Amino acid sequence: MADYAKTPGTVPRKAALFDDYTLSEIRRAAATGIYDIRGGGAKRRVPHFDDLVFLGASMSRYPLEGYRERCDTDVVLGDRFAEKPLQLKIPITIAGMSFGALSAPAKEALGRGASAMGTATTTGDGGMTEEERGHSSLLVYQVLPSRYGMNPDDLRRADAIEVVVGQGAKPGGGGMLLGQKIGPRVAQMRTLPEGIDQRSACRHPDWTGPDDLEIKIGELREITGWQKPIFVKVGAARPYYDTALAVKAGADVVVVDGMQGGTAATQEVFIEHVGIPTLAALREAVRALSELGMHRKVQLVISGGIRTGADVAKAMAMGADAVSIGTAALVALGDNDPALEAEYQALGTTAGAYDDWHAGQDPAGITTQDPALAARLDPVAAGRRLRNYLSVLTMEAQTLARANGKSHLRNLEPEDLAALTVEAAAMAGVPLAGTSWVPGR
Amino acid sequence: MSQANTVIDLAMLSRREANATLQAAEAGAFRMRNPGGAHALACGLMNPISVTIEGHAGYYAAGANKEAEVIIEGNAGTGVAENLMSGRVRVTGNASQSAGATGHGGLLVIEGNTAARCGISMKGIDIVVGGNVGHMSAFMAQAGRLVVLGDAGADLGDSIYEAELFVRGKVASLGADCEEKAMTPADHDVLAGLLAASGMAAAPTAFRKFGSARRLYHFTIDNADAY
Repeated sequence: MADYAKTPGTVPRKAALFDDYTLSEIRRAAATGIYDIRGGGAKRRVPHFDDLVFLGASMSRYPLEGYRERCDTDVVLGDRFAEKPLQLKIPITIAGMSFGALSAPAKEALGRGASAMGTATTTGDGGMTEEERGHSSLLVYQVLPSRYGMNPDDLRRADAIEVVVGQGAKPGGGGMLLGQKIGPRVAQMRTLPEGIDQRSACRHPDWTGPDDLEIKIGELREITGWQKPIFVKVGAARPYYDTALAVKAGADVVVVDGMQGGTAATQEVFIEHVGIPTLAALREAVRALSELGMHRKVQLVISGGIRTGADVAKAMAMGADAVSIGTAALVALGDNDPALEAEYQALGTTAGAYDDWHAGQDPAGITTQDPALAARLDPVAAGRRLRNYLSVLTMEAQTLARANGKSHLRNLEPEDLAALTVEAAAMAGVPLAGTSWVPGR
Repeated sequence: MSQANTVIDLAMLSRREANATLQAAEAGAFRMRNPGGAHALACGLMNPISVTIEGHAGYYAAGANKEAEVIIEGNAGTGVAENLMSGRVRVTGNASQSAGATGHGGLLVIEGNTAARCGISMKGIDIVVGGNVGHMSAFMAQAGRLVVLGDAGADLGDSIYEAELFVRGKVASLGADCEEKAMTPADHDVLAGLLAASGMAAAPTAFRKFGSARRLYHFTIDNADAY
């Protein structure tokens, strides 16, 4: 009989394929019979701006004095056809997030923070609220497949219009807002019964394909007197073709949202397994614009995982005219704050990992429609935090631009960059650091 | 100054000029000549004016209008009266797909047939169709009434919310979560009113009513087969 206590054995080993998360998901699925729904973007590690570095100045490149020489940050979005393009002081906008997904104080705070920095915020799949219009000096109005709350008056009082074809978290998927968050005001704005699980359409109801989109954009321009810039937002699926087709359809601005871009509520399987990384999408979108001779004529906004001034600067060096932030803006407002750890623990999660934005129980008062929870968020203080954060992003990007000898963020260029990994070099189309090698060239 | 019977000739004016004239008008009657199937005609109107389009219109005719009355003397392309807020739109011929899509209010009358997805995502508009409607009509219809004097194509009312559908002819099939409802005297009154407002001669008692079974309003494992 074997004496196990004396027999040397291996330490317990878990399979790489069956890590703790995977095992927990199998058990969750077995218990509930329904897929996991969550907020946020892709959580897996994918090549990103962290895998790029700036080269900085050297013998052949002159830096600018950090505290003495200007580095400008302004950008104009939408001057291709629109009579009144957006004039932004910084190239960082707030991405579309709906009232419904977010509380009214959160929308107000986004408007306050963005306006203080001279940039734009964006509505979402729930129409325009007075809070966000009132507190957003520049507001982009989204035209989504659902057309919830869509009306010509709001189209006209917007500063720009964004036709949403898709988003990075779920290219090909429609919006989702579960019953917990369909309170009286949200229901009224969306013309839906209170408390139902709302499933937005994934396709627009009155156009299909780029030829129709061109006609649709024409109608939107007619309704708004050709004054408003028209953005077309696509999820990062086939960015080369989607960007080219958006240009062909008459877009003033193309917004490309990578797979790290957040969502208020989508199936986990969709978030993690559909779409391509922001880094790869950006390079392809720029290539499409360049080949059409439209780079800098049709502006490109990139989103999906922008967190730092380094991300901003690298995106612009690769050819973006501006970036858009969503998840990072929510964190700046107070989302996932460790100060709320006890409440996150009570919800079965932890600060930094809370992603049940669909459940409406957000202790930070941001992703909720519960009046008591929403009241926790002070829109003035939260707006101030967002302003501070946007200011830091801008100053960081300026720091990097000066180090590369650039007097304007838009002057950053791919030549300023090197990649730290082969994958990032291939996706971004910049040389692997220490070499002149760009995979595929 | 009266705008009565003002002629807008698209052989002489650009679409922008024509629409800008209509959008700026606060009252009056207009006749739009030589439409030539152009897109987005008489859209974005904001006042109780009357516009008659003498011929066929392309996509999105009378889209997103408020208070105006638009008559299309011919056929209409995709998305006629899309996102209509109020007022009336009448098509004397046939309409292509997505007629009345996402409309929030007002009345759309189509004397002929419509193609697929008539009333898709409708949010309060009333639509009366003298002929047939294509497949997937009233898809995700949220509110308002769709009245069909002819037949309805496959998957009528798929994923419908609270809109009400009335069909006099045959229904090829119902979509997910759409079911037949009992007609009540109140329904007959509503239908009579809509038929009268649209100038359609039909007996309310000849119609059947369809609406949401409300079984898909919440995600549950037992509904998996319906999606």
